[in-house]
Amino acid sequence: MKRARVAYGGAIHDATEHPAGLQLADGRVLAEEAVVWLPPFEVGTVIALGLNYADHVKELAKELTVTTKDEPLAFLKSRGALIGHRGQTRRPADVKFMHYECELAVIIGRAAKGVRREDAMQYISGYSVANDYAVRDYLENYYRPNLRVKNRDTCTVLGPWLVDAADVPTPHDLQLRTLVNGVVTQKGCTRDMISDIPALIEYLSSFMTLGVGDVILTGTPDGVVNVNVGDVVVTEIDGIGRLTNTIVGDAEFGR
Amino acid sequence: MLVVNQALAHPQGVPLATEAPLDYWDALASTAGHRQAFLPPTGGTVYGTLLNHRDALAALGDQVNVAPYKAPPQAPILYIKPRNTVIGHRVPVVVPGDAPELEIGATLGIVIGRTASNVPADGALEFVAGYTVVNDISVPHASFYRPSMRFKCRDGFCPIGPAVVARALVPDADALDITVAIDGEIVQRSSTAGLVRPIPRLIADVTEFMTLYPGDVLMVGVASGAPRARAGQTVTIAIQGVGRLENTLVAAARGVA
Repeated sequence: MKRARVAYGGAIHDATEHPAGLQLADGRVLAEEAVVWLPPFEVGTVIALGLNYADHVKELAKELTVTTKDEPLAFLKSRGALIGHRGQTRRPADVKFMHYECELAVIIGRAAKGVRREDAMQYISGYSVANDYAVRDYLENYYRPNLRVKNRDTCTVLGPWLVDAADVPTPHDLQLRTLVNGVVTQKGCTRDMISDIPALIEYLSSFMTLGVGDVILTGTPDGVVNVNVGDVVVTEIDGIGRLTNTIVGDAEFGR
Repeated sequence: MLVVNQALAHPQGVPLATEAPLDYWDALASTAGHRQAFLPPTGGTVYGTLLNHRDALAALGDQVNVAPYKAPPQAPILYIKPRNTVIGHRVPVVVPGDAPELEIGATLGIVIGRTASNVPADGALEFVAGYTVVNDISVPHASFYRPSMRFKCRDGFCPIGPAVVARALVPDADALDITVAIDGEIVQRSSTAGLVRPIPRLIADVTEFMTLYPGDVLMVGVASGAPRARAGQTVTIAIQGVGRLENTLVAAARGVA
C-alpha cells in the first residue's frame, strides 16, 4: 500500500493511493493537485549518506580529501528542513551552485539496536523518495557537510508516498532518475550503493538506537546539476514514487 | 527563582509542579525517593554549535588555515544531537565498550519558545523561552572535518536539564559562569562570556537559513579544554542561575557498543 499525509478542507488527513489520485481515510477521493502534500509520516531522526554511490564519489572527487573509506559517511538533518510533494524550495539569490539529490529513503518501523545485517530488512516499515538539496557555495570544511549546506528550510523534499516494505521486494534493484523541466539529468540504480541498506542499518544500529519513523537517506548517484528559480525538479524511483518540487526565489519568502 | 517545563521520571509518570524554586530541585534530587532520574525538560531538535568559544577557536591556532580546514569558520557550524542521545538529569550515561574515556562538553542550551525564522539579532531574545544545562558528550576525536556520527550520537550522549529556567530569570545569559566537576572536584571553569557569536547574533545567523521551533535547543558552544571522564565517575555541570546537571558514567554491559 502507498500512504500519504495531506492537508485538505481545513484538516490533516491520512490518505492512500487511488486510480484518480488519492483517497482520504474518510472516503473522499481527490486529485493529486487538490491537496497540500506533507511528508508522508511522522519523521524522527533523519540520517543522510554522503558519497554512497561510486559514480557520485568520482563526480565530486576533485574536492574531496578522502577518496576511500571503510565507514559510511553519515550525517544528520532535522525535521525542520522537510517539505512534501509539490512544495516550493527556496534558492538564495547569491548562490552559484545549488543541486538536487534523488535518494531512496528507508523508513525504520521498529526500534533497532545492534541489528545484524541478515536481520536488518525486518526493521524497515517502508520506502519513500527524497530530494535532498545542497547549496555548495556554503560548504565549509568543518563538520562537512555543514547544516547551512544541507539542512536549509524547504531543502529536503520527501514523498509523495510511504510505500510498505512488503510491496518493495527488490529495494536494491530500483531505477532512480531526476528530471529538470522534463529533461533527465540524473540516472542511477540502487544496486550501485556502496553500503547497501542492510549494511547501513547494521552500521548505524551498532552505535545508536534507531526509532520508529527514523529515516535513512541512502545517497545519490552521479548527475547533479545546478537548478534555477522557476525550475520544476522531479525525482523519481520506479515503484516508489514521483516527487515534484519547484524552485522559487527569495521574493517568495520576503527576503 | 522559578523554573518551567519540569517533569520527573516518577514511578507514576506524574509531572511535578510547572513552577518551583530552583533550590527545590536540588533538595528533591537529594531525597532518597527521587534519586532515580529526571526526564529531559525539552522535546525538540537539539543543535550544537562548533567552535563558538573564542578560546576553543584560538586553540586550533593556525590549523584553521591549512588542510583539511583551509579557512577559519565563516557561518555558524552546527551539528545535531539526535533524539536517541537525549536523557535527563541523573540518568546514567553508558560508556561504550570501545571508548575508555568520554569528553564532557559543558554548555548552555538556549530553549526556543516561539518559531524563529530569519530573526534579527536585535530582538532575538524574545524568541527564547529559557535556558538549560547541556552535557554534549563525545567519544574523544581530533578532527572537526567530517567526524563520524559514532563520536557524538551514541544513546544517552546528550544529558539535558534538570529544568528550563525562564529567560526573565536569567538577566544576562552571555555572562554565566560554568563549572564541570568530576566526583565533586572542579576540573573546568568557563563562561558564556566571550562567545564568537553571542546569543542574539547566534540566533540571527542560524535562523537565516534554518527555522528554530518551540522546544528546540541550541547549544551555544563548548569551551576549550573539555575534560574527560570514565565509567564510575559522576559528572556535574553547574551554570550560574540555570542549574546543576549531574550524570554518572557506567560501563557498558559486555559486548554492547
